[in-house]
Amino acid sequence: MTVKIYIPRDAAAVALGAEKVVTAMSEAIASRGLDAVIVRNGSRGMHWLEPLVEVETAEGRIAYGPIKARDVASLLDAGLLDGGDHALCLGKTEEIPFLKQQTRLTFARCGIIDPLSLDDYQAHGGLAGLRNAIALTPQGIVAQVTESGLRGRGGAGFPTGIKWKTVLDAAGDRKYIVCNADEGDSGTFADRMIMEGDPFVLIEGMAIAGIATGATKGFIYTRSEYPHAITVMAEAIEIARKAGVLGPSVLGSGRAFDMEVRTGAGAYVCGEETALLNSLEGKRGIVRAKPPLPAHKGLFDCPTVINNVISLASVPIIMDKGAAFYRDFGMGRSRGTIPIQIAGNVKHAGLFETAFGLALGEIVDQIGGGTASGRPVKAVQVGGPLGAYFPRALFDTPFDYEAFAARDGLIGHAGIVVFDDTVDMLHQARFAMEFCAVESCGKCTPCRIGSTRGVEVADKIAAGIEPEKNRELLADLCNTMKFGSLCALGGFTPYPVMSAMTHFPDDFKPAPAVEAAE
Amino acid sequence: MNIHQPRADIAETTLAIVEELKGLEGPLLPILHGIQEEFGYVPQECLPLIARELNLSRAEVYGVMTFYHDFREHPAGRHVLKLCRAEACQSMGGDQLAERAKRLLGIDFHQTTPDGAVTLEPVYCLGLCSCAPSAMLDGEVHARVDAAELEVLVQEARR
Repeated sequence: MTVKIYIPRDAAAVALGAEKVVTAMSEAIASRGLDAVIVRNGSRGMHWLEPLVEVETAEGRIAYGPIKARDVASLLDAGLLDGGDHALCLGKTEEIPFLKQQTRLTFARCGIIDPLSLDDYQAHGGLAGLRNAIALTPQGIVAQVTESGLRGRGGAGFPTGIKWKTVLDAAGDRKYIVCNADEGDSGTFADRMIMEGDPFVLIEGMAIAGIATGATKGFIYTRSEYPHAITVMAEAIEIARKAGVLGPSVLGSGRAFDMEVRTGAGAYVCGEETALLNSLEGKRGIVRAKPPLPAHKGLFDCPTVINNVISLASVPIIMDKGAAFYRDFGMGRSRGTIPIQIAGNVKHAGLFETAFGLALGEIVDQIGGGTASGRPVKAVQVGGPLGAYFPRALFDTPFDYEAFAARDGLIGHAGIVVFDDTVDMLHQARFAMEFCAVESCGKCTPCRIGSTRGVEVADKIAAGIEPEKNRELLADLCNTMKFGSLCALGGFTPYPVMSAMTHFPDDFKPAPAVEAAE
Repeated sequence: MNIHQPRADIAETTLAIVEELKGLEGPLLPILHGIQEEFGYVPQECLPLIARELNLSRAEVYGVMTFYHDFREHPAGRHVLKLCRAEACQSMGGDQLAERAKRLLGIDFHQTTPDGAVTLEPVYCLGLCSCAPSAMLDGEVHARVDAAELEVLVQEARR
C-alpha cells in the first residue's frame, strides 16, 4: 500500500525549509523506488518542530522534527515508511504533550488533512455543520450561534449571534459576509494557519453565515504579506464552487452564496472593520464613524456581517455538534475555545487551542516552556501591538475577555509575545507610539498627532529631559488618545504604553548620567 | 520580479488590466495590485487612465495609491528584502538583525543600493511570530533568520 508522508505547506514550515525537504524526499522516493506519496498538509502548530514530517502507519501517525533536507536520507535508512526510530523521531503525533493537552475544535483538522482535498475534509466531519444549517430556518441558525456564546475572535469579543441577528433583521436586497483576515497583529498567525491548513472550514462558516442572514456574497479580505494563504484560499474556493458548496444553490439547497478573496496592501489599520470595508470598496483605508453600524450600512452601504476568520471558522462545529457542546467549554462569559498563539522569545512557540480560563503564567511557563534564550521572562504582550504588557506579577490572570479587561489589558486576537529580561520597556512603549504613527489612517487627531508626540515624549524620557514631567505628559497623552480616538488603533495604543510605564517603572527612569559613573 | 518595461507599453497594459478587472465590486485595489505586479511599481501615467475608466477623479486614485504602503511610486531594486520589525521579531533580536542588514547593504530602510540590486523595507508582521525573526526576499519567506542566514540572503539579493 502506498505510504503517506506528510510535509506541511504552512508558511512557517516553508520559511524553515519545508520545500527543500519536499524536493529531497521526492528525489529519494524516486531513486529508491519507494511506494510512498507526499501530502502537503497544514501545520500542527508546533512551530519549534517545523518542518514536522509525519508518516502514516498502522498505529497512527508518527512525527519527526525538525527536519532539514539533509536528514532525509538517514530518515529513510532508519525505516521512515514504517515509523522507524531515529534521533529526530517524536513518537506518535497525537501523543506529543503540546498537542495532547489541547482541545481542538476550530483547528480539529488543521495539520491532519490535505487542505485542498474536499474528500479529506468531509471524511473528517466537514460540511456536517452546513448540512444541518440548511435544514434550519435563518432564525434557527442565528439562535444556535447566539446560544453557543461565540464572541468575536478578532479581539472585540462582540457576540457573533447578535451581529448576525442584526443583519438578518435588516432590510436589503443585497447583503454581504465579510471575513476579516487582515491579521496584522504581531504574535498572531491563527487566521493564516486556518487559511493554509483548513480553508474549507472558513468557506463553510461563511456559507452558513450567508444562509443565516440572507447574504449571497462573501469576501475574505486578507494581507499581501500572506501569499501562501491567498493561494490556498483561492484554490479552495474554486474547488468548493465546482463541488456545489458555493454557487447558485449551496449543496442543492436552492440558496445562493459565493465568495472571493481580496488582498490588502500593507495597511495595518485595514484590520479595523470600517477601514477594511472602505478598502474593499476601493477607497483609502480610513476609519468610518459609527453609527451607522456595518450590520445596517456596511459594504457598499448594504447590511454586512463582518467577522474574524476564527469566529467564522468556529461556526461549522457549533452547527455540527450543537450550541450546548460549544458553550460547555470555557469560563464566565467567554465560552468555547480560543486558539492561543504563543510567540516571540519562547521555547515551545506555536498554536495552542484550549477552552478559555487557563492562567497566563501556565501558558507561558508550562506550555510555552519559558524563554527560548533561557533567560527569565520579563514581560509578555497579549493581544498584539495594541495589547498590554503583563509582568510576572499578573501571571495569575485567567485567559478570559473580562479578566484581562479588569487588569487593563485585552486578549485581542489571542497572540502572546514573550520577552526575556533584556527587553527595555521604554523602548517598547516608544515602538507602540511609533507603530501607531506609521499606521494611523489620519482621520482623527488624537491618533494622528498624538502618536507622533508620544514618540517625542518617550525620546525625552530616554534622554533624561525632565523625566517626571514627561512621564506625566505621556500619561496625559495616553488618556487623550484612549478616549478621543475614533477606533482601536489610537484608542488602544495607550495599553502597551501605560502598561509598560505602570508595571516597569524602572525602565522609565532617566539613564544614569555617564559623567557621574566615572 | 520588478521587471521594467518601456514606457510606451504602459498605457496599453494599464487599459488591459483595468478592462479585465473593472467588473469586480470595488475594483481599484485589485487594479493597482495588477499594475504593480506588471511594472514593479505604479507609474504616474497610469493614474489618469484608471480614473477615467472607473469614473473617479485623479485625486481619488492618487489618494488611494499613496495610502497603502505596498504601492510604489518608483521602481524598486531588482530584489526586495523585507525585514519584520514587529514585537515578536524584536523579542528575538529583530532590531539588531535590521541594523546588521543596513550595515551589510550600506542603506537604510526604504532605500535601494546604488547598483539597483536591493531595496530594503520594513514589514510589520509576516505571521511567522513563532519562529522569529523573519524576513521575506522577493516573496519567499524565511524564519529564524540569524546573522549567518542574513548574510546568505543579502548575498543572494546582491546578485
